[in-house]
Amino acid sequence: MIFDEEFETLPREALEALQLKRLQQTVQRVYHTVGFYRRSFNDADVTPDDIRTLGDLRRLPFTTKQDLRDNYPFGLFAVPMSSVVRLHASSGTTGRATVVGYTKRDIEIWSDLMARCFVAAGLTKNDIIHNAYGYGLFTGGLGAHYGAEKLGASVIPISGGNTKRQIMILQDFGPSAICCTPSYALNIAEQGQAMGIDMRSLKLRVGIFGAEPWSEEMRVQIEAALNIQALNIYGLSEVMGPGVAMECLEGREGMHIFEDFFIAEIIDPDTGAPMPHGAKGELVFTTLSKEAFPLIRYRTRDITSLIPAPCRCGRTLIRMDRVTGRSDDMLIIRGVNVFPSQIEAVLVGIEGLEPHYQIIVDRVNNLDTLEVQVEVNEKIFGGGDVIRVLQNTEKRIVKDIKDYLGVSAKVKLVEPKTLQRFEGKASRVIDKRHI
Amino acid sequence: MKVEQISIFLENKPGALEHVTRILKDSNINIRTLSLADTSDFGILRLIVNDVEKASRILKENGFTVNRTNVVAVEVPDRPGGLHSILEVLSKANINVEYLYAFVEKSGLNAVIIFRFDDTETAIDVLLKNSLSVLPGEKLYNF
Repeated sequence: MIFDEEFETLPREALEALQLKRLQQTVQRVYHTVGFYRRSFNDADVTPDDIRTLGDLRRLPFTTKQDLRDNYPFGLFAVPMSSVVRLHASSGTTGRATVVGYTKRDIEIWSDLMARCFVAAGLTKNDIIHNAYGYGLFTGGLGAHYGAEKLGASVIPISGGNTKRQIMILQDFGPSAICCTPSYALNIAEQGQAMGIDMRSLKLRVGIFGAEPWSEEMRVQIEAALNIQALNIYGLSEVMGPGVAMECLEGREGMHIFEDFFIAEIIDPDTGAPMPHGAKGELVFTTLSKEAFPLIRYRTRDITSLIPAPCRCGRTLIRMDRVTGRSDDMLIIRGVNVFPSQIEAVLVGIEGLEPHYQIIVDRVNNLDTLEVQVEVNEKIFGGGDVIRVLQNTEKRIVKDIKDYLGVSAKVKLVEPKTLQRFEGKASRVIDKRHI
Repeated sequence: MKVEQISIFLENKPGALEHVTRILKDSNINIRTLSLADTSDFGILRLIVNDVEKASRILKENGFTVNRTNVVAVEVPDRPGGLHSILEVLSKANINVEYLYAFVEKSGLNAVIIFRFDDTETAIDVLLKNSLSVLPGEKLYNF
């Protein structure tokens, strides 16, 4: 099933002509309204008039996460704040969070694209949708919510957490679709089974899972545990939020990128050179309609490949494969983006602590766990040799990580010099999960 | 009137304590008494040794996090009510005990209780005023 027949099945030629027109409009607009782009275009010796074919996109400079951070909070906005009707942000201490904005039209288009996603999953206005993506600054919750309402379905805005209540709602309200991270879906299934509930006999038919990478093996597990079809959705708040690409029920192989609104490229993460279809590389997006926060050649750091072969669903939109890794050190823990440098910033902010730490990520009972081991030193220990002082230090670190990063960590103080010392850039992360 | 105690941060894992005792043995340090406070992840080992300077230096050289704290040693007859007599006095003066541990003297007549107070000075004052026997470090380190 296809929400927007016309645009999701446009012949490639017409689609590319549409992309070029929108790209030219976007490039003109950002050049004249966003100082950052004007400067970076000038530095790259390119002007908006130079973009005459889609191939000319390669002449434009890349935009990186650091550029967004450097322009925190609203430096990359292309419209006045009076036109911005919503702000979202990813986690991070001040100056490290990525802030995005939306005009009314941006929200309309986002809602349409999310509606496309729900229809690709076989849903209609007669369905009840259980939305367990987090509501708030995170784009997941509200993104899915507005899409569901656009479709006309009945959305349950339950957000994350409180699993027992989620299970009760799944039984009592009988939604046909669930939206959450794939690991949370398994966690719900597990807890439900433990409560003696047959999680396979709920009214659920389909799940739309994203916000973290997951494997085919995990898909098989989820489908078996909940007796549903488990589909993959992709998005990132910088580009829009969820709904940049979506797997279709008929194909279940790769996610269709909504190319009428985003141009996708795959580049070599080291050289920036374009890679051919089918080759793995870093995913780069250029937005074609966004008014408040347009993005030119944004490096996502996600590693994947493009699948150009036609899909049996009839959509002509190119597909992207599952994201298999990152070209940076970002971690996704329970759907939340965490950079090791953010944890380091928290530790450095606590008096007496030296940032000798190790991050251990694992998955226990299908829930991601984060442990931060920090070396004790004379200064912390010298604050008083009572257990209470050390425990308070641990608690303080836990609280600061929660407050600044939005994620719950376990903190363990360890003896000095027991954590590895590294030459050059330390890889302070041990990720025991096998995605 | 103060006694210097060495406290060492230890992770709660096999061999942690043995590592400390091996170092002390090799340096000919004698432990007079000790106490081990623990949580699930870590513990604090508190020691009264016969050579505080040497012990803390050697332990630090071996990579341990070492702290030196002033504690108070009170001597009481080794009889029922011994500890109580001290605590009564402290309670009346509203003095809080952070932690304590004890041992019996070689002579067998007396017990020594090691106290850690928030306000060491005031505590010593109160104890002396109430005719309790406060032992200086020198008396403890070498017996």
